[in-house]
Amino acid sequence: MTNQAPSTSEIPLIVEMRGIVKRFPGVLANDHVNFELKRGEIHGLLGENGAGKSTLMNVLAGLYRQEAGTILVNGEPKVFSSPRDAINAGIGMVHQHFMLVPSQTVTENILLGLDDPRFFLRLPDYDNKIAELGEKFGLKVDPRAKIWQLSVGEQQRVEILKMLYRGVNVLIMDEPTAVLAPQEIEGLFETLRAMIAQGKSVIFISHKLQEVSAIADRVSVLRRGVATASGVASKGVSRQELARLMVGRDIVFALDKKPCQPGDVVLDVRDIHAENDKGLPALRGLSLNVRAGEIVGVAGVAGNGQSELSQVISGMRECKKGQVLLGGDTVSNHTTLYGIQHGMAYVPEDRTHVGSAPNLSITDNVIMKKYRKPPILKNGLLDMKAAAKLANELKVAYDIIVPNVSTPVRLLSGGNLQRVILAREISGLPAFMVAVQPTRGLDVGAIEGVHRLLLAQREAGAAVLLVSEELEELLSLSDRVYVIYEGKIMGEVNIGGETPDESLVETIGQMMTGTPLDQIQKEGVAAHD
Amino acid sequence: MDFTIILQAGIASGTVLLFATIGELFSERAGVLNLGVEGMMLIGAMSAFSTTIATGNPWLGVLVAMLFAGLISQIHAFIVITLQADQVVSGLSLTFLGAGISLVLGEGLSKAGTVALLPNFSIPLLTLIPILGKIFFTNQSVLVYIGYLLVPLSWYYINRTRPGLHLRAVGEYPSAADALGISVFRMRYFYVFVGGMLAGLAGATISLAVSPGWFSELTTGGQGWIAIGLVIFAQWDPIRAAVGAYAFGALRRLILDIQGPLVLLGFDNPFYYNPYLGFFLQMLPYLFTVTVLVIGSREAMRKRIGAPAALGNPYIRGERGK
Amino acid sequence: MTESTTANKKRGSFRIRVEPRLNVPPAWYPAAVTFGALIVALILGGVLISFAGGDPIKSYLHIANASFGDIGVLSDTIVKATPIILVALACSVAFRMKLWNIGAEGQFIMGAFGASTIVLTPVLSAETPRWIFIPVMMIAGMAAGALWGFIPGYLKAKFNVNEIISTLMLNYVAVAWVNFWIFGVWTEGGFQMSPKFPDTASLPRLLDYAKTFPILRGLTTHLGLVIGVVAAIILWFIIFRSRWGYEIRLIGDNPQAAKYAGINITKNVIWVMMLSGALAGLGGMSEVTGVVHRLQTAPIAAGYGFTGIIVAWLAKLNPLVIIVASILFGALILAGREIQPSGVPKMIQGIILVCLIASDFMLRYRIVIERGEE
Repeated sequence: MTNQAPSTSEIPLIVEMRGIVKRFPGVLANDHVNFELKRGEIHGLLGENGAGKSTLMNVLAGLYRQEAGTILVNGEPKVFSSPRDAINAGIGMVHQHFMLVPSQTVTENILLGLDDPRFFLRLPDYDNKIAELGEKFGLKVDPRAKIWQLSVGEQQRVEILKMLYRGVNVLIMDEPTAVLAPQEIEGLFETLRAMIAQGKSVIFISHKLQEVSAIADRVSVLRRGVATASGVASKGVSRQELARLMVGRDIVFALDKKPCQPGDVVLDVRDIHAENDKGLPALRGLSLNVRAGEIVGVAGVAGNGQSELSQVISGMRECKKGQVLLGGDTVSNHTTLYGIQHGMAYVPEDRTHVGSAPNLSITDNVIMKKYRKPPILKNGLLDMKAAAKLANELKVAYDIIVPNVSTPVRLLSGGNLQRVILAREISGLPAFMVAVQPTRGLDVGAIEGVHRLLLAQREAGAAVLLVSEELEELLSLSDRVYVIYEGKIMGEVNIGGETPDESLVETIGQMMTGTPLDQIQKEGVAAHD
Repeated sequence: MDFTIILQAGIASGTVLLFATIGELFSERAGVLNLGVEGMMLIGAMSAFSTTIATGNPWLGVLVAMLFAGLISQIHAFIVITLQADQVVSGLSLTFLGAGISLVLGEGLSKAGTVALLPNFSIPLLTLIPILGKIFFTNQSVLVYIGYLLVPLSWYYINRTRPGLHLRAVGEYPSAADALGISVFRMRYFYVFVGGMLAGLAGATISLAVSPGWFSELTTGGQGWIAIGLVIFAQWDPIRAAVGAYAFGALRRLILDIQGPLVLLGFDNPFYYNPYLGFFLQMLPYLFTVTVLVIGSREAMRKRIGAPAALGNPYIRGERGK
Repeated sequence: MTESTTANKKRGSFRIRVEPRLNVPPAWYPAAVTFGALIVALILGGVLISFAGGDPIKSYLHIANASFGDIGVLSDTIVKATPIILVALACSVAFRMKLWNIGAEGQFIMGAFGASTIVLTPVLSAETPRWIFIPVMMIAGMAAGALWGFIPGYLKAKFNVNEIISTLMLNYVAVAWVNFWIFGVWTEGGFQMSPKFPDTASLPRLLDYAKTFPILRGLTTHLGLVIGVVAAIILWFIIFRSRWGYEIRLIGDNPQAAKYAGINITKNVIWVMMLSGALAGLGGMSEVTGVVHRLQTAPIAAGYGFTGIIVAWLAKLNPLVIIVASILFGALILAGREIQPSGVPKMIQGIILVCLIASDFMLRYRIVIERGEE
């Protein structure tokens, strides 16, 4: 696919942002950022987590108000005081977390906030209209379906339809591939290209270099709230160069990882079945095992049962069938406490809602799994001096940056909070640890720290189960990777010490979309014959 | 004992609960839990009664009751929507405040005697329906008929109109609504106001129609709390709310009337001869509320249906998710 | 992720910005905010009193005088504060776990009933010495209150029944239950009250020692105060120094995290509701044996349960602060009896609670006034 780009200067600018400044308490998210979008282009907006990409685009989409700077649309200055203003000016955004009401139908969600229908909802009329629109852009989805019944990919289509129905000319996509399998990503790219062909423009926010260079015509890069590149043609710039612009230094892809010396099986998951919050089957006969001294990854597109898997293992979710053994003991369907007492550590994906008590102090948070035993428990009462001492030791050892340990953890940054949680879990000297999305939303420095801590666990002889949606992270840390799809394991691959080759990534990608490994191998053999 | 007469009176007394329950339902559908129903009902009952005494016009009384209670509800709205405080505690404080204000302003009202009440009338033709005609359409207060209209209208409004769609969105996923230009704040203030007005109307229904007069806190006797329980039982659906409200109204009447006759079902009426047994009858509505809650909560757990997802949470722009 | 709310207001060249606090405010700050809220509440109450035809300044002076004016009225204030202390403790422990027990009123009444059964059944004869009588009544009162807390606790834990409604409904049931007994079984001369308790079933009062210390003549302060203060101290230790208290605090702040830490929430819901009910029941026992000396609904079901909610909130759920806050509210109730119109104390309580909740905003956010850039 080639985008006919005549001499770039002739194409009119559809959006121009000049000197945008946006502050949040304690952070300067955008520091005099300039941004230009041309009609009919796909513009990649690249940057690390926390670089200010989403903030900049939220300003353009009218969700935030900039403190300084101007926005021009088609050359005219505009002031957006709400997302509605931006949509009226033809700019719409598809957020990373979908803004869809789960209990309502696709049509109802699309009609939200519109003036037509005026008062009475005559849904069947609109169902047809929406189905037609979907047809036009290759976005197939049943208008009468309720949102909660749809897959994540379908929900994304609803979000795009919502904006197209409003007649936007500029579509902002915030990390759209994060929730998709490799094969689904191609479908999304086709939709985006179809939109370009019809004269629309797309801003594509991502922190993944390959994707941006694959889809974008031009690229802008943000680093710590500052634009380090503005609208360079993606063909004229190498990945290394983009990486430097993003991070400010060359990315070290390989971690210092010693060869794997696996010991006995520590965690043995046997044919487990479980339901999700809605009562639908989430795990359907899943088995896997983790040995001492290895990191085992679980790859998969979000929502294929990863959360439920970690919850069943940790004892927070009922196991309908099958069992989880930890060092030979059955821990499934026991209390969470039982697992903790048997040396299980758990780093949950939701740091604020599960992993910590936001209004309690760091001290109270680090003793969460230790308050039942000495030295914290003394004569039947809690020894708060011993607890504070422990907290201070962990603060130093794990580099938690905070004035004192009586600070409530809700005031900590994401990286610091994750260090508090890891400090708590690791300091219990676990035999087994399950970590779910441990680096999500952290900046690069923090991610590296978390990776080092996980590797240190492995070297200390612990068994580590790492659940992640970042394939790169899994490939660089794990010794083995299981791929999960709709609550089942599609297959297992060994990751050697060397850099993983393309075919391995492709195999994993196929498994992520539901092709079992044995079938892939059969076909592979057949193809060779 | 003529059960149709009891049911007829029960419908009237259930109308009080109906207004309060539907009012709370609107507020909760928008994501705001308002535990101040009892206080707003007291404000409504007191101001309806005293306005009617002062002006002789019960319609003016109803209007003032609705406005005053609506106004009081805005205190709660301000605290929980703008100041983002805990909805439970704020609602409780509204109960105290409403009770206190109505006691202060209603001082001496209980000795005020009788006032002009709202008209009662029958609906021609419909009265001819056997049994039901007598229960529902004969010599009822005009407010009872307004109640009949309110139920289907509320259902239609919530499920089949554009503002109803927006209302549901604001209670389920405010940031989605906000992203599409629906003002979450304005909607929430508005529906808390609607809830307040309907609670005021419920109060006016007591003091001007069902049991006329002002008897300080005994005027409402905990019906505001029963209404909140009924919303849970109703699973936020107006039709189920109506069923619950009328059933409770009938139960309340039955309890009052069962103590009257000398003979009950062919036996000496134990409640007549041993009046202290009446205290057990008094417990019934409250025990029933608890029972109904158990039933409603179990059903909700089984079907995994629940309150509007954002119920009880303040909306802060920029905080994603619920 | 916290980000600033967009509550920008432009006033001339000044901008008022509201943003979340990112640091811990100094220790005096919450106290100052609470105090400020109280002052604002009294001013608002004054406006409403004058609107209702009263004289606010006179009313407040009267309250101050009638409750702290001399040692006699101070003693009466403490008598009023005693049940409030225990009920507020009951509320505070439940609230700390975000269990909205607003049925302390009913648990209080059941506590009074439970204690009374010891005298009225009778379980113990009137000749039983006081040192046996009083502990037995305390246990009976606490048990009855705990039972009344157990019911909603169990329903919450097993069926997820909203405890706000169930506890409140049980208040009405408790009143009817006690009315049945004092009207139908233990009635004295057909009135809705039981016979008077023997002296051995009464808490000692200061005036009992007036023969030895004449200064104590007429002072009605009774042993219930000591019970309340001791309960507050014990509760402070439970909450801030015990395993159980840590679990309560953890569940209250984040039930998911508590579950994650291996804490059994269901069990704790039931236990905490029972503890809460037992404390309220102890309050009922103290009131019936220290003040009323007979079982009678009117003076017992006087709304202490609801005042306790406000006091617990005013004290930010801290057991020791509750003692001080209870005395303030005891004064309000004592003096309020003579104020016209009679709803004033209740109204002022309501206004105080409204102002307290509103003032919490000042703890979570800071308001920045700066010269505008525009």
